Amino acid sequence: MSKVVFQRPHALTDTPFSYCPGCTHGIVHRLVAETLDELGIEGTTVGVAPVGCSVLAYEFFACDMVQAAHGRALAVATGLKRAMPENVVFAYQGDGDLASIGTAETVHAATRGEKITVIFINNAIYGMTGGQLAPTSLPQQVTQTSPYGRDVNEAGFPIRMVEMLSTLDGVALAQRVTVDSPKNVRAAKKAIKKAFEYQVEGVGYTIIEVVSTCPTNWGLSPADALQWLRDNMLPYYPLGVYRDVKAEGYANVAEAASARAQRLASGGDA
Amino acid sequence: MAAPVNMLLAGFGGQGILFAGKLIAYAGLIEGRELSWLPSYGPEMRGGTANCSVCLSDEPIGSPLVLEPDVLVAMNQPSLDKFIDSVVPGGKVIVDSTMCQRLPERADVDVFPIPATQLAEENGLKGLASVILVGKLLREIGFCDPRTLDAAIAKSVPARKAHLLPKNRKAFEIGMLNEDGESVPVCSLPEDWAVE
Amino acid sequence: MKGNEALAEAAIRAGCRFFFGYPITPQTELAAYMAKRMPKENGVYLQAESEIAAINMVYGASAAGKRAMTSSSSPGISLKAEGISYMAGADLPGVIINVQRGGPGLGGIQPSQSDYFQATRATGHGDFHLIVLAPSTVQEMTDHAYIAFDLADEYRVPVMVLADGMLGQMMEPVVLPEPKTDAAEKPWAVTGHKGERPHNIANSLYLAPERLEETNVERYERYERIKAAEQRAEEYLVEDAEIVLVAFGASSRIARSAIDKAREKGIKAGLIRPITLWPFPVDAIEAAVPGAKAFLTVEMNMGQMVDDVRLAVNGRRPVEFFGRTGGIIPTPAETLAAIERVAASLEGGAR
Repeated sequence: MSKVVFQRPHALTDTPFSYCPGCTHGIVHRLVAETLDELGIEGTTVGVAPVGCSVLAYEFFACDMVQAAHGRALAVATGLKRAMPENVVFAYQGDGDLASIGTAETVHAATRGEKITVIFINNAIYGMTGGQLAPTSLPQQVTQTSPYGRDVNEAGFPIRMVEMLSTLDGVALAQRVTVDSPKNVRAAKKAIKKAFEYQVEGVGYTIIEVVSTCPTNWGLSPADALQWLRDNMLPYYPLGVYRDVKAEGYANVAEAASARAQRLASGGDA
Repeated sequence: MAAPVNMLLAGFGGQGILFAGKLIAYAGLIEGRELSWLPSYGPEMRGGTANCSVCLSDEPIGSPLVLEPDVLVAMNQPSLDKFIDSVVPGGKVIVDSTMCQRLPERADVDVFPIPATQLAEENGLKGLASVILVGKLLREIGFCDPRTLDAAIAKSVPARKAHLLPKNRKAFEIGMLNEDGESVPVCSLPEDWAVE
Repeated sequence: MKGNEALAEAAIRAGCRFFFGYPITPQTELAAYMAKRMPKENGVYLQAESEIAAINMVYGASAAGKRAMTSSSSPGISLKAEGISYMAGADLPGVIINVQRGGPGLGGIQPSQSDYFQATRATGHGDFHLIVLAPSTVQEMTDHAYIAFDLADEYRVPVMVLADGMLGQMMEPVVLPEPKTDAAEKPWAVTGHKGERPHNIANSLYLAPERLEETNVERYERYERIKAAEQRAEEYLVEDAEIVLVAFGASSRIARSAIDKAREKGIKAGLIRPITLWPFPVDAIEAAVPGAKAFLTVEMNMGQMVDDVRLAVNGRRPVEFFGRTGGIIPTPAETLAAIERVAASLEGGAR
């Protein structure tokens, strides 16, 4: 008798991914789908696909899906979650969508403590439109629209989103992971699962930033792209947990926020 | 069937001019007439001039914006100066003479001055000069039954400010009983009138 | 009640429990009323971070199958344009209120009708229309908010109530409708498939041109049904009118007063008041063409609806325009003067 030890997650459709070879979207899609399977929430989950390479995510996830305008995923997700508080809502966004055109939506959904889960793919470039400068492109990084390298005097500095969001009281979990190795994939899976669990428990807003590659637009082989990620991305975007209110001993963001307010009022650190 | 009347009430923001307009509109509502109440809105609400248009009619109201009023209620000099020329010939003008030192010179309108702000202060009714003016207005032009206006006051004073109801009714009474001016009142308080 | 408040109450009575807004004059009372009432109805009032976010929250709540709305005034509607286009593209119902003020740009805050083109022609990018309702009284603000949700659900289109600062701010007597529940069946809604059906997708992206064309053609077939069934207009003294005024919303009230004055002077004037601006009531115009000698639109803009009247009249009669803009409400007297000019030109032509 054969035993199934590995199969496609139920929460992924049979539609083959349209992503480029070596792109990490496939891995992250799978991690999200496995989480939906393991938590048994595919049937109550609604995902929001953004504009960007993952614009077609609604074809790949088997749960109900909504396609959102560029940058608006978290406003759409807010509308969905407010309309259906018992459902699970996640948004899957790239760096241009989440950290440039959608920054306001990102920050305000976070500060409101919307009980949604955000999967943030940071690969330091606009992939879908062919490799332009992203808000997270590194200093000196050459892109189609920074042909001489990102000049921070002109184009400003890259944004470290989870660090920034971790200062907001509505955020329950803000963590940065990557998927460059089996060990890191396992850690990423754990983080994603925790984020969905926190949402189900109503702890607050959860965001997992996945430092990712774009071999096509970086002009590197998939293996070299992973090495470039390790050499350049990770030093600028260190992996780690930037906020986890439950680990800090609070049941939810409201408790954590009031403790933080008391600390600040008595001259302590945020 | 009463004649249609188009009123313009004007003063400083905070004098209660919009509230006064609402009282008149409410009275129209209670009597089942067609009516509209249209405030000016915008920066002038924040401390500058405020005004509202009130139309009462038995026919559907066309323009709710009163540009040529039959009745002008002016609570300060700038408002009086600004709108006096727009009043139709034969129109009535109620003026808070505490706030307006210069009365209009037009001979073709009837002007009824009343020191409403002063009367309000003397009677411990600070802030209710506008209601005194409504009383005066009703006395001089009689746009509704006084009992209706009394009911409108009762409806318009919010429940959480119910303690102010007698003061509003007192202010209305002062306006209705005001003897200044030479004309014979067209409307007077009911015989069984009592403030409390 | 103020027009803005009456409209908000009617929306709640129509079963709307999701309001997403952002402050802007002169629609603020509407949002404030919702903020007060929604929690009492177990509904959601949420002040969004922007107009853009607000319309996309409507998109989300509507995708979930709920009756949702947003309200704003002209500059804010421009910001919502993108989201409205996405709603149309994804066939999502939803109600958008525009309490118009003068433009372009920041413009002013006084009443205007200068978003007629925006509402009926180009509310956002792409091939689509909204159903556009134009109230002229506080009662109609109420009635239109109440039916807007039904129309939106029935045809799966966004519906706009195109009001203006005057209607929003003024008080008139109003009879409020009976509360009803949001009971429309929405099998397309993304509520979680619960393992009972294939996954639903709310989407406006079609990378294959043939597929996109197909969806647009289907939508336009629906628009034809809307045009056949939902044109609404009110007529006043049109039967024997030689000069037919066409005016909607606030300016129609002025037009009506001017018509009464014109009739006193022996000028046979009448009024067609479009209640739906899209679909434009071409049938009412068509019916008036044989008896009319000329048409005159009265608008609070530089001449926008006049184009639609000209299209409907199609050269058979002269179509003139009179309007004030910038937030100025035309007076009955100057509107009467415009009628008299048209009357004089007709006499001139007869000689």
